[in-house]
Amino acid sequence: MPTIGIPQPFTITAIKTENVATKTFSLAGSLAAEPGQFVMVWLPGYEDKPFSLANANPIRLTIAAVGPLSQALHRLQVGDSLWLRGPLGRGYKLHLPVQGVRRIALVGGGYGVAPLLFLAQEAQALGLQVSAIIGARTAASLLLVEDFTALGLPPLLTTEDGSAGQPGRVTDALRLLLAGSSQRPQAVFACGPVGMLRAVADMAAQADLPIQVGWEAHMRCGIGLCGSCEVGQGWLTCLDGPVFAFNPVQAKEKGTGST
Amino acid sequence: MTYLAEKTVMAHPALACNFLNFKLHSPLVLASGIIGTSAGLMTRAARHGAGMITAKSCGPAPRAGHPNPVALDWEHGLINAIGLTNPGAEEEARLLAETQTQLRPLGVPLIASIFAGTVTEFAQVARTVASAQPDLLEVNISCPNVGDEFGTPFAGTCESAAAVTESVKNAVTCPVSIKLAPNVPDIARIAAAVVEAGADAITAINTMPGMVIEPVSGRPVLSNRVGGISGPALKPIALRCVYEIAQAVSVPIIGTGGVSTGKDAAEMLLAGATVVGVGSAVYYRGVTALEQIGQELAAFMEEQRIWSVEALRVRG
Repeated sequence: MPTIGIPQPFTITAIKTENVATKTFSLAGSLAAEPGQFVMVWLPGYEDKPFSLANANPIRLTIAAVGPLSQALHRLQVGDSLWLRGPLGRGYKLHLPVQGVRRIALVGGGYGVAPLLFLAQEAQALGLQVSAIIGARTAASLLLVEDFTALGLPPLLTTEDGSAGQPGRVTDALRLLLAGSSQRPQAVFACGPVGMLRAVADMAAQADLPIQVGWEAHMRCGIGLCGSCEVGQGWLTCLDGPVFAFNPVQAKEKGTGST
Repeated sequence: MTYLAEKTVMAHPALACNFLNFKLHSPLVLASGIIGTSAGLMTRAARHGAGMITAKSCGPAPRAGHPNPVALDWEHGLINAIGLTNPGAEEEARLLAETQTQLRPLGVPLIASIFAGTVTEFAQVARTVASAQPDLLEVNISCPNVGDEFGTPFAGTCESAAAVTESVKNAVTCPVSIKLAPNVPDIARIAAAVVEAGADAITAINTMPGMVIEPVSGRPVLSNRVGGISGPALKPIALRCVYEIAQAVSVPIIGTGGVSTGKDAAEMLLAGATVVGVGSAVYYRGVTALEQIGQELAAFMEEQRIWSVEALRVRG
C-alpha cells in the first residue's frame, strides 16, 4: 500500500537543470519504494500526473516541462513545495526468477533513464554486475549520464544524430552487448518510448533473456479503478505495472500462449 | 509486445449460488466503475473469481469526466469523482456486445449500467444498451435529476426513483436492478417504492458523498471537490442499508460497499444480500481480489459448517 494516500507537501532541497527542458528535483523526504514505481505529483489548482522515481531516499524526480503541471513545477524554486502521493504500481524485481543471474543490462531511452538510475543503485547494492545503455535523439537529450558514471557505471551512449556516443539506437548497442559471450547480460531492464520498448523486448525474446519493461500511460486515478491506463488486453499500467515482466524461457516451458 | 495469458480459475464449489434466473459460480460481483471499461479488463475479472461483472455506467452522450485529481486513498477508504467518464450509450452497446462474446462461454452474466438526466432519457439509454443483450440492466439513479430545481438525485425521493424504474422497465425486457444511494433519510422506503414500480432486484449501495482536504494547501484535493467514499469506511453504512432494505423487500439484493475480505462478504450476505458487489478491493488486493475473497469466503463457510451461500444469507 502506498505510504502516502492523500497528497503530502515536500520541500524542494535542490534543483538540477539537466537540459533546456528537463530538471531533477531533490526533495526533503524519502519513500519506501522500488525502482520502477511512480508517484502522482500535484500542485494545488493543477491536475496530478505520474512520474517515476529517480531515487527514493531522498526522493528525486526528473521532470520535463511538457504540460501545465510540469511547466508550473519548473517555475518552482528551492524551498518551495510540491505535493505527491504514492509510491504506486509495481516496480522492477531484481530477485529474479532465473537462478544465478549475476549480470544485467539496463536500457534507457529519453526520459526513461530516471527510474533506471534508481534501479542501478539497487542492483549494485545486491552485488549484480550492471551494464547501462542510454540513448537519445541528440547529445543534449541524453539524461543522467554523469549520475550513472558517478556510480561507477559509465553508460554506453547512443544518439540518433551521432552527436555523442555511438550513432544509432539503443538496440544497436544492446546487440553488441548480447553478442559478447563471457560477459553477456542474463536479464534486461528497459524504460523509454514505446517503440524502443518493443524493439528491446523483441531482441531480448530472440536472445531468450528475461526482460522487464517500464511502461508509460496517461493516468487518471492512478489506483486501478478507472481503466484509463489500460495496456494490451486488460492490463493496468498503474496496478499491474508500470513494470511488466516477460520471461520467454518460462513461457516456452509452460507452453503458455500470449495475448 | 506479448503478455502471458492467464488461465481461468475455478471457484470453490461451495460458492455456487443463484441470482434471479442465473446460476453463478460465485456470489461475488465486480461492481460498476471498477475496471469495467473494456472487454479485456472485464474478461480478466471474469476469469479471476467474478460471478457477475458490472460494466462502467454509460449515459446518453460521451463524457470525458473531471480533470485530475479524480481519486485517492485516504487511509480508511477511497474517494473518487471520476465524473462518469463514458463513451456514450451507442459505443457502450458495442463494447458490451463484444464483452458478452467472451463472458458467455465463461458462464459469467454481464450487468450493464446506465445513468441519465431525465426519466425519458433513462428509457432511451436503456433501449440502446439493451440491444447488446446484457443479462441484467443496473440503473444508476445517484445522478442529478436535471428537471429538478435543486438537481436532487433521482435516488433521493420515492417518486423520482419509482418514475425512473417504471420508465426503464417499460423500455426493456431484460431484468432490471435499481442502484440505491445511501445518503437518504429512509432507504427502505425508496427500495419498496422501486420494487412496487417493477424493479427485479436492488443494488445497494452507491458511494457516500464526502470530501478530502489537504490541510497545508488548504484545498479539497479532488478537482470536483466532492467525491464518493468507498472501501472499508463504507462497509458499516452499506451493511445497515442492505439490512434495512432486506427487511422491506423480497427481491434479490446485490449488496456492495467496503467488502475486501471473505469475512466482509459473509457479513454482507448475513445482512441480507443475495450476492456481494466488490469494487475498491481491486485497488487493495489487485485484479484477482474477487478470487481471493471467494477463497476466503469458502474457507470461512467450511469453518462455520455452512454449506451454501444461500444458507449463510438466511442465517442472518
